[in-house]
Amino acid sequence: MTTQTLAPPAVGDIADLALSEHEDMFVSLTVAEQLCGIPVLAVRDILGPQVITRIPLAPPEVSGSLNLRGRIVTTIDLRRRLTLPPPPAGMRQMSVVAEQSGELYALLVDQVSEVMSLPRSQFERNPPTMKPEWARFSSGIYRLQDRLLAVLDVARLLDLSTAIK
Amino acid sequence: MDEVMDDLLTDFLTETNESLAEADLALVRLEQEPGDAATLGLIFRLVHTIKGTCGFLGLVRLEKVAHAAENVLGKVRDGALNVTPDLITPVLAALDRIKLIVLGLETTAAEPEGDDSALIAELDAIYEGRTPPPQETVGANTARTRKPEQYTTTELLHPEPEPEPAPLPQVEAAPSDQVAAESSLAGQTIRVGVDVLENLMTLVSELVLTRNQLLQLSRSQENAGFTGPLQRLSHLVSDLQEGVMKTRMQPIGIAWNKLPRIVRDLSHELGKRIDLVMRGAETELDRQVLELIKDPLTHMVRNSGDHGLETPAERRAAGKPENGRITLNAFHEGGHIVVEINDDGRGLPVDKIRAKALSKGLASDAELAAMSDDAIQRFIFHPGFSTAAAVTAVSGRGVGMDVVKTNIEKIGGTIELKSRPGAGTLFTIKIPLTLAIVAALIVESRGERFAIPQISVVELVRARAGSDILAGEAQSESVIERINDTPVLRLRERLLPLVNLDRLLGLQPASSETVATATDTASTIVVAQVGAAQLGLIVDRVFDTEEIVVKPVAPVLRHIGMFSGNTILGDGSVIMILDPNGIARASGVADSSEDRESARLPTISSVAADTERVAMLLFRAGDLGLKAVPLSLVARLEQLPRTRIEFASGQPVTQYRGRLMRLLPMGGEIDPAREEVPVLVFTDHATNGGSERRMGLVVDEIVDVVEDRLHIELAHARDGILGTAVVAGRATDVIDTSVWLTRAEPGWFDQAATTLQDEGRRLLVVEDSDFFRQMLVPVLQSAGYTVTAVPDAARALALREGGRMFDAIISDIEMPDMDGLAFVRAIRADNAWASLPVIALTSKLSERDVEIGRDAGFTDYVGKASREALLASLRQCLSHHTDQTPETLRLVA
Repeated sequence: MTTQTLAPPAVGDIADLALSEHEDMFVSLTVAEQLCGIPVLAVRDILGPQVITRIPLAPPEVSGSLNLRGRIVTTIDLRRRLTLPPPPAGMRQMSVVAEQSGELYALLVDQVSEVMSLPRSQFERNPPTMKPEWARFSSGIYRLQDRLLAVLDVARLLDLSTAIK
Repeated sequence: MDEVMDDLLTDFLTETNESLAEADLALVRLEQEPGDAATLGLIFRLVHTIKGTCGFLGLVRLEKVAHAAENVLGKVRDGALNVTPDLITPVLAALDRIKLIVLGLETTAAEPEGDDSALIAELDAIYEGRTPPPQETVGANTARTRKPEQYTTTELLHPEPEPEPAPLPQVEAAPSDQVAAESSLAGQTIRVGVDVLENLMTLVSELVLTRNQLLQLSRSQENAGFTGPLQRLSHLVSDLQEGVMKTRMQPIGIAWNKLPRIVRDLSHELGKRIDLVMRGAETELDRQVLELIKDPLTHMVRNSGDHGLETPAERRAAGKPENGRITLNAFHEGGHIVVEINDDGRGLPVDKIRAKALSKGLASDAELAAMSDDAIQRFIFHPGFSTAAAVTAVSGRGVGMDVVKTNIEKIGGTIELKSRPGAGTLFTIKIPLTLAIVAALIVESRGERFAIPQISVVELVRARAGSDILAGEAQSESVIERINDTPVLRLRERLLPLVNLDRLLGLQPASSETVATATDTASTIVVAQVGAAQLGLIVDRVFDTEEIVVKPVAPVLRHIGMFSGNTILGDGSVIMILDPNGIARASGVADSSEDRESARLPTISSVAADTERVAMLLFRAGDLGLKAVPLSLVARLEQLPRTRIEFASGQPVTQYRGRLMRLLPMGGEIDPAREEVPVLVFTDHATNGGSERRMGLVVDEIVDVVEDRLHIELAHARDGILGTAVVAGRATDVIDTSVWLTRAEPGWFDQAATTLQDEGRRLLVVEDSDFFRQMLVPVLQSAGYTVTAVPDAARALALREGGRMFDAIISDIEMPDMDGLAFVRAIRADNAWASLPVIALTSKLSERDVEIGRDAGFTDYVGKASREALLASLRQCLSHHTDQTPETLRLVA
């Protein structure tokens, strides 16, 4: 919706998070089989399956809210956000907590795996053919040995005015 | 009044003591570094503040001394004088004198007697540039280190002409209680930033939540060794919470501080004599709430003085004391604070309010006639209502009681009024003590829990579902009845509009099947007070009341409007807090003019969205449900004897006014057992010689004619029904006359289109009310026009941009965003449509309105209810439009 979404992927954001000169650290996670990464410094918390209170009339991407040590955290369904099908029944999803303008949000993902240190030489921009619903939330791709890791732009994911279209 | 002055004085003394200590230090620093502009500026400001404040408090002696010192400091600051000990000494002496006076103030609450002329003369001499009087012997150090307690009582009351240092023996003679008094105020209060307190409050709130969670856990644990300590912890937390709440508490008198002055000015301005009585100024409430009610209170006191109280002459004539009296009274009541604002003036003029409500179109004559005086007086809370005939400097600035009401409701409060002619008016405001922690009722609907603030909950009613209200069964106990899909509850002789919480929040698909299960089983109804109106929320279960800490909802959820916040319950789960005001808005329960009195009248609720009032004919046909048709569309109502119904080619007809009229039984057939049937007669316009066509709609029963705001809430798929609206508080199907007319005579509209002279003339209808739009289109089509209808001016103008052309435009006046006046100006401002006739369709038909409309560019003004007038106006406008060039277009009366 905003013009910001049309801008090229912000590689600079990742560079800012560099721990060493050549490597960046990511929390890797999967959503609908796709391996994704969130810059480790953007992650406040990682939660196992939680009790999530549904919020009536909320935008569809908002799956509810949860209690994180006394703070109320709005939960965003990453699958919905990326226009992916809902998770298979019985899947116990995990959440990655991030902060956006003072508010905490939990991104609901299928699985959080590990923290990875990735050499920047393996980083590439989004392929131009990437589907727009992914391209607008991905700031680039890492070529791992056996698979690809899409770097998610947390700020855009949490900005619900960036509509899925 | 005195209490407030005392508070002010206490604040002043505390502040001044602090300032003086600071000024002392700064002066010493200044003496050492004479060029330090920052220090000088600081001292100047401190002295200036003291002077300013004591002027306000009427402390004459203090003010004079401070003024003289300020003069000198001002000159130093401007660089006209140099900082020398000779200059600093008298300034310090002035500070000491100020301290002395302040000390006297603290002990006796009045300025001590005394003569400061010598000191002032000395300061003035320096100020005027004359050589200072011979006090050179007074060392700066002596003066600086001299403390106020070194003065004796004698000195205090009769200060020596010069600020000579007191001889040492006198120091010992100084009474010790005076020393204690000096430091008492400074020692008992400390200033803490509000943010510190806010932060403490947040922490305590969290602590309360954690405590609640622990308690919940311990209940499920048997034989737990920590139960005892936990109990103690629990008590401590409660005490702590109370203690921290107290730090945020301030006496309401602070919000009243400015009132004596305002009332004084008011009485001068208006030539009235006003006594202001303030009771309960020490009643404490949360500072956040205090800030929020300051302005509403001030406004209401102004109002009482301006509108409520009479002039002395009027009061004399009425046998009252010349002095009018405004009484403020504050007290605690059940976790709330109640503030009463009472005047002994003329009371609210019911007749004037009634007239104004009528002229503003807030209610119809019939409605007003049925309203109690209380209900009419409550119109002053209606948006845009202001009783002042003339705009005075005091009130009538455009913010009225509606703003006051909105502001009070914003903080979860309520406002009510009682007024007796000649005896005065009493406003009662009830507000929560604090916004941070509120008591809330926890309810459940479809397995989801919600909190409802206790302040809005009036009562809980257990109710079982009953049969349809129209079945007419006598019900003795609380039963949920339904009119079509609209549930209502008979509660003590009145109908309470009900809202299904699950449906409102979309907790389940709103299919009729599930609705049936929701209302057919026993459920609990939470009766909530929303402004003056009440509404019942149907929930599945009610749990306990819990103290909850209100947290704002995340920004992405703020648009929902149904929630005032969220919180974490004792069991750790997150729960949304329902906002009864938002629910009332969303469910269409208006809260403004309705009240508990008028709820007994047929009009139990009106619908907020549309403000147009329409006369509707209510009838039954076919089924038991109520149906309605706008009265303006019905030509006549007839009771047709059974014997006069004949059949022609299998269709019922009757001879009506010398001609045959087709009869259309709305229920499918005409009940052969009835002696008479009611018939709604619709006619076509007898334009240009064509014969009038008629159709009779046979119904079962004509129920009533009511005038109400009309808002079609549910568009129906059913044929012949425009949709369902709440008319006179009951769900009513509004019939689509065009469908029925066509059914009676398939060519009803086509034929009209080909026979009328205005055939094919293109009309643009701009009307925000769905209902009126839907009504107008068939009427105009039946008169042969080609009609394009849009709901707002923006879309109309978009058509212009798109190059569409019309022969005439019909526009509503009152529309959201761009109103009719702005719209017509926009039309006249651009060439494309500038010359078109534009007819205003409005319910406001006063001369003044018409004049404003003309000025804006409307060609004609037509009342909304009048179909004939509209068609006549259209014909006239269109003929003029054809006859004349746009430049000479005459405005048609």
